[in-house]
Amino acid sequence: MTDFNRLSEAVISGDFRQAEVLTKQMVENKVDPLQIINEGLIAGMNVVAVRFKAGDMFVPEVMMSAKAMSTGVELVKPLVTESDITSAGKVVIGTVKGDMHDIGKNLVTMMLESVGFSVIDLGVDVKAETFIEAIKEHHPQIIGISALLTTTMLNMKDILDILKEEGLRDKVKVIIGGAPVTQEFCTQIGADGYADDAAEAADLCKRLVG
Amino acid sequence: MLVVGELINTSRKNIKEAVEAKNAEYIQQIAKDQVEAGADYLDINCGTRVYDEEEIMAWLVDTVREVVQVPLCIDSPNPKALAVGLERAGDSTLMVNSISAEKERFEQVLPLVKKYNTKVVALCMDDAGIPETAEDRLRVSDQLIVDLLAADISQDQIYLDPLIKPLGVNNQFGVEVLDCVRTLSLRYPEIHFICGLSNISFGLPERKLLNRVFMVMNITAGMDGFILDPLDQSIMSMLGAAWTLIGKDDYCMNYLKGVRAGRIKA
Repeated sequence: MTDFNRLSEAVISGDFRQAEVLTKQMVENKVDPLQIINEGLIAGMNVVAVRFKAGDMFVPEVMMSAKAMSTGVELVKPLVTESDITSAGKVVIGTVKGDMHDIGKNLVTMMLESVGFSVIDLGVDVKAETFIEAIKEHHPQIIGISALLTTTMLNMKDILDILKEEGLRDKVKVIIGGAPVTQEFCTQIGADGYADDAAEAADLCKRLVG
Repeated sequence: MLVVGELINTSRKNIKEAVEAKNAEYIQQIAKDQVEAGADYLDINCGTRVYDEEEIMAWLVDTVREVVQVPLCIDSPNPKALAVGLERAGDSTLMVNSISAEKERFEQVLPLVKKYNTKVVALCMDDAGIPETAEDRLRVSDQLIVDLLAADISQDQIYLDPLIKPLGVNNQFGVEVLDCVRTLSLRYPEIHFICGLSNISFGLPERKLLNRVFMVMNITAGMDGFILDPLDQSIMSMLGAAWTLIGKDDYCMNYLKGVRAGRIKA
C-alpha cells in the first residue's frame, strides 16, 4: 500500500490520530503537500461520500472521517499558499430568514468541504440581502439555501427574485434543500437544483460546476 | 398516555397523492385504521401545501370528521391554518400543534388555544432557535411554561415538546432530552410531555430500533405523549408494556385490554 493509500484509509476509517501521524511523516519526508491533500486526504473523503450515499456509512462515521481529513489539511496548509489548493468550486450557504435550523446545512457544508469545495457559511436566519452581499464579495459559483419549515421555505423564492432584480441570477447556480423541500418546489420557484441529502448535495454541486 | 397518530400529513407521499386527487375514502381509511390501532388523537398536517394550506386543512378536517370522533391535533406553524382547522374540528378537546417561545408565534397562537380551550404542544425553541446546550434547553422550556401559565393556560393543557435532535450528530442529544423531561416533570408535576421520535435516529441505520428504545427511555423519564405511527404494532406494543411497567396503568387494565384486542403483542 502506498503512503497515500494508507492516509486515505485513515480518513475512511475516521482514525484522525493515524491521519495526523501519517500526514506528519509525509511532510517530514518532503512529499508534495498538494499531493498529500488531493491523493491522500480528499481521495479518502471521496470514498466516504460514495459509501455514505450508498447507505454503507452513517452520519457519525462521516463526521469522524471529516475530522480526520481536516486534521491532515491543517498540518499541510501552512506549506502551501491558498491559491495552490485547487478548489472544486466556491459555495455560499445559509439557512433562510426566519429559520434557525442548522443541522442539515452543517452536514452539507461538511460534505462539500470534504470533497474539495470552499464553503462560506452565512449561518442561520440569513436575509436575502446578506446572500446578495456574500455573492458580490465572494463570487461563488453556487449558493445553497436551506429551510426546515414549510413557512420559511417560501423565503427561498424571495432570494431568487432579488437575485433577478440585482442582475445576478445568471451569475450563480442556486440549490435548495431541507425536510419540506422537494424537486417539485425547486422547479416551481426556478432554482437550479435540489438534493435529498448531504451526499447528493455534493454530487449536485460537482455536476453544476463541471 | 396520549398517542397522536401522525399519518395524516401531506409530507407523506400517499397522503399527498390522496389530497391531490381529493380521495376522501383513502384519508378516511387511514383515519379509521389509526383509531382502531389505539390513537387517542389524530394529527392533521398539510403544511407542505404552502399555497392552499387553509383550504386543504378544512377539507381534511371535514373528511376525517365524517368517519371518526376522536379529537384532532391541528398541526401547522401557520396560525391561519390552525384557526381554520380548530373551527371545523368540533366539540372535543382539541390539540394545537404547536406554540413556541418565538415571540410572534406565541402571540398569534395563544389566542387560539384560549378561544378553543385546547391542549397545546409547546415547542422548546425561541427566537434564537432550537437550544444548543442542555442548560439552554431547560431555560427556554421553563420560560415557555412560565409564560403559558401566566396566560392562564393550565399545566394540564401543556404538552412540552423538548425537540429531539439527531443522535448521529451529537451523542449527547438523547440524554439531554431525558434530563430535561426529568427535571421539568419534577418542577411542574401536572404538565405533560410529547415528542415525535424519528429525529433521534436521523443518519443512523436500523432507525426503528433506536426510535422504540428511546421511546421507552423517555417514558421512564416522564414523557407521556408521543406523535407516532400507531399502525406500527411493535412500537404500540412497547408503549403499552412500558406504560404498565412504570406503574401508571391501574390494575394493568390498559395492558390487558390491549393484549385481548390484539394491539399489544410480544
